[in-house]
Amino acid sequence: MQCECAKQSSDLSLMKDVLETYGAVPGSLITILQQAQAIYGYLPMDVIYHIAEQTGSTPAKVLGVATFYTQFRFQPVGKYLIMLCNGTACHVNGSERVAQAICEYLEISNGGTSADGLFSFSIVACLGCCSLSPVMMINEETYGSLTPEKAVAVLKEIREKEAAVQ
Amino acid sequence: MSFRVVVGQGSCGIAAGANKVYDALAEQLADSAVGLGIAGCIGMCWLEPIVDLYEDDTLTMRLVRVGKADAKAIADACKNGDLSALSALAITEEDAAFLTEQTRIVLRNCGIIDPESLESALQAGAYTALKKVLAEGDGMSPEAVIACIKESGLAGRGGAGFPTWFKWNAARQSPGEEKYLICNADEGDPGAFMDRAVIESDPHALIEGMLIGAYAIGAKEAVVYVRAEYPLAIKRLLNAIAQAKAAGLVGENILGSGFSCDFRVKAGAGAFVCGEETALIESLEGKRGMPRLKPPFPAAAGYWQQPSNINNVETFANVAWIINNGGAAFAAMGTERSKGTKVFALTGKIKRGGLVEIPMGRTLRDVIFGIGGGIRDDKAFQAVQMGGPSGGCIPADLLDTVIDYQALAATGAIMGSGGMVVMDDSTCMVAMAKFFLDFTADESCGKCVHCRIGTKRMQEILSRMTEGKGKEGDIELLEELCVAIKDGALCGLGQTAPNPVLTAIRYFRPQFEAHITEKRCPAHACTALLQYRIDADACKGCTLCAKKCPVQAITGDVKKPHIIDQARCIRCGQCKAGCKFNAITVA
Repeated sequence: MQCECAKQSSDLSLMKDVLETYGAVPGSLITILQQAQAIYGYLPMDVIYHIAEQTGSTPAKVLGVATFYTQFRFQPVGKYLIMLCNGTACHVNGSERVAQAICEYLEISNGGTSADGLFSFSIVACLGCCSLSPVMMINEETYGSLTPEKAVAVLKEIREKEAAVQ
Repeated sequence: MSFRVVVGQGSCGIAAGANKVYDALAEQLADSAVGLGIAGCIGMCWLEPIVDLYEDDTLTMRLVRVGKADAKAIADACKNGDLSALSALAITEEDAAFLTEQTRIVLRNCGIIDPESLESALQAGAYTALKKVLAEGDGMSPEAVIACIKESGLAGRGGAGFPTWFKWNAARQSPGEEKYLICNADEGDPGAFMDRAVIESDPHALIEGMLIGAYAIGAKEAVVYVRAEYPLAIKRLLNAIAQAKAAGLVGENILGSGFSCDFRVKAGAGAFVCGEETALIESLEGKRGMPRLKPPFPAAAGYWQQPSNINNVETFANVAWIINNGGAAFAAMGTERSKGTKVFALTGKIKRGGLVEIPMGRTLRDVIFGIGGGIRDDKAFQAVQMGGPSGGCIPADLLDTVIDYQALAATGAIMGSGGMVVMDDSTCMVAMAKFFLDFTADESCGKCVHCRIGTKRMQEILSRMTEGKGKEGDIELLEELCVAIKDGALCGLGQTAPNPVLTAIRYFRPQFEAHITEKRCPAHACTALLQYRIDADACKGCTLCAKKCPVQAITGDVKKPHIIDQARCIRCGQCKAGCKFNAITVA
């Protein structure tokens, strides 16, 4: 019997290649989850059930591993994922005020997604760019030496760019 | 005479805009004989983006803080062969001293070679140590390699400082056919980025060190566990492994010696505890990264319960140099008990922040005020945080402490993996202690009670202190918890979690007392304890602050002094930031 939350309708065929490559390799669960997240943008519950079934594991075990690691998300995220570093150097150099400015501008809190679905915001552990602190990463791009104003300006620019495309 | 333009492309450089500079240069140099290339990170992060100009393979000029608008001038100067027009961009002598003050072994090629080219690494001497070890006839036996590492005195650079040869020897002696060599590149300490820089800038140094280690312990498989937050490092490492494989330096029958070793890269998924070696092994096996009970140690039963050896990136990056130059040459550097060099990531309120590699035995003052140039804006030095969440804060009167494992441990901090975060007097040490407890409480895996609940209780006590709700006896309670957690926790994360708090209490006790008894934050950093006041003499009654206040806590008539209702004030500081007459004070 499956619980209600697994009754989603993700396209499970997208996982075929990943499961063929790693399904039978011992110790590959984290890799499989990473690939799944790359495909769907997050880990839908039905995909977790599917992975468990295909690897001869249990949903509890797979979910247990997935929830242990901060990389994995269980909700869809916005097109742009803002990761603001909260390492020591960023903290000392004022990342808290930057976080506040971003949250105010997007009208969300840590972990949330903006109403237009464009941005998700997450405060993360050290990104390792300490000399440019405070630092944030938006998707693959890194922005350093931030001030609250500078951070908001970056977001505004992205928003304008997106508005122009539509 | 031919010119080559090299753009530094580590993560830091790219964040500072090195990509855009590169693209602009590529456009300007499209149809010219001037070469264009990339390098990794030279470690002078405060000067990024950095562009080096080579004339017949000799570095003739280093340009700093280059913008894409400078590309045309750089291209023109190189085409004309006259660099004098670029003198405004050239590095100053003072800044250049940052490098000349250092002794670079681990970072020997970082920022110099092209990290994406095997050719470039080979020219700089990569794999000569491996060839020496595997040479037919007069090569080195695994025992000889271990003896050489023993003579060097190399100790684990991940922080614990355990002798490398001992671990290698234990794994070698351990019975078993399948053995594994693992590299811990899960650099999770906030404020540390040495390992990222090495992998991004000189990946072959890591591969070579690991190959020699694998040969010494008898492993046929090597795994690098890299944190997922380092996408560029993963990309360059995979590229380097593929190149080495194609050149017969990795894989079956390396250099025709009969020694085989395959490489795998595993991306971590974001869990600080996976820096602990047994947790890392659990994670490699695809499980929750929870530490195992020791013994058995990984050397006896590690990855898939087979004999395994785990070292940190920096440890491996030393190995080739030691084999090439001999253990004695390495042991000649450093102090009686700590040999060789150590790489530090110097950050925080420092003038010249970046990567610093120095022989053990130099003082903290040398690093911070000599190489680092002192405190930003010439403020007062308060403390340097070493060892991240497992380390501690070292105060000003201990700045002459020499850098070696034992001397640093005596201060209550640790050598750690190399993060060195400098703080001026605007940092509140109570808030800093809370910051680290927030971190460890969040990252605790939950397996043992002391760590899971102990860090949580400590976090709660520190939180209430920063909110002005601290109670008499809280300091003593914290100290008691610290001792219990140190004694009772299962792994290194828990056992060292109290260190930031213990050192903060030891050296900055008056700050804790001020928070508890006077409800005051001496550094003016804990917002809940701040009081904004308007100086009636300085206030012109312009009403700007009243308009800016988001909670209408400021009242007053036009052209008359305003007042702040303390009960309403949310201490956002917008009134102070907006006041043109400096009439608002904070205490």
